[in-house]
Amino acid sequence: MATPELFTLIDGDRVISLRASLDGDAVRIAPDELRDATGWALKPEGLCQGDLCIPVRDRAALADAHGVDLAAFARALDRPLALDVTERAAALGTSAAERSAALATLEAPDFTLPDLHGHLHTLSAHRGKKALLIVYASW
Amino acid sequence: MWQAIYEELGSHRFVPITVALDKDPEDARPYIERANPTHPSLIDTEHVVAELYHVTNVPTMIWIDEQGRIVRPHDSQFGTDTFTAFHGKQSAPYLDALRAWVREGKGALDPATVRSHQIQPTPETQRARAHRALAWWLHQQGRTEAAERHFLRAGELAPKDWTIRRGSMPIRGINPMGLEFFELAKEGVPLYPMEALPVEGGTSRKTS
Repeated sequence: MATPELFTLIDGDRVISLRASLDGDAVRIAPDELRDATGWALKPEGLCQGDLCIPVRDRAALADAHGVDLAAFARALDRPLALDVTERAAALGTSAAERSAALATLEAPDFTLPDLHGHLHTLSAHRGKKALLIVYASW
Repeated sequence: MWQAIYEELGSHRFVPITVALDKDPEDARPYIERANPTHPSLIDTEHVVAELYHVTNVPTMIWIDEQGRIVRPHDSQFGTDTFTAFHGKQSAPYLDALRAWVREGKGALDPATVRSHQIQPTPETQRARAHRALAWWLHQQGRTEAAERHFLRAGELAPKDWTIRRGSMPIRGINPMGLEFFELAKEGVPLYPMEALPVEGGTSRKTS
């Protein structure tokens, strides 16, 4: 079995370095490592983060002696995964179900972004005003 | 020009917030400095807003009311007529509608109408965004070939997402106004469902 190598997991705005065992197309992460990196722990009840537990139907596919399979982990969470084993990197996205549900509430998702001077601005700070969000680009 | 609207509507509780989906603040700098805005003019190198609001092209406008609710969803509209010859849209009706909303509270869409005019994210559009995020990170690490693979994969998964297919061009060293863009445009400009809901027009009147 391959010795664990440095692997990069991009999760939203977090870039996490962890160790993973690579075996062909499979990337396996030790449960402790996964828990420290993502907050998700593999327990008898399933995959748990805080009080939330997601039951795992096929435990053997999710984890074995070498660790938790990253692709199976993403599927269990219903999150899209862009995986590049050769580059030792992956990005976890937001599921369509979660994004759709959030948009359906019609609550404008909050965000914090910098201006040209590096000062941070948060959308929700403008509650009480009408806001016109203009998304543009130099392209 | 949003600065001009901001100043015009100054006595009302209204704020334009511009968000540049550019890879580098320096790419947006000329636009921002020319505008010299006193409203928030933000840089979104990680495409956070594109993801949160399911933005698939620029420019995109969204109206958010005082309670933080979306009352007009993602819409392709323009603040000027600089490119009207290309895309065919007049800015005046939209700006009039904006003025009516800010001054009189008119034109906010009811929730059912807003929802029915939102594009729904799909597993493919979401996987595309994950590949784009990976591509961007790889690019920043100097792993250009690997980045290219993932930008292309993202584009395959979400062919109608121009924040990916056109937005990645400057990152990949491709002119976003050049040949590759014109080839892309032949596929048809991606439209939001708001196309089906024309802006209530009217003569362009600047009343104080």
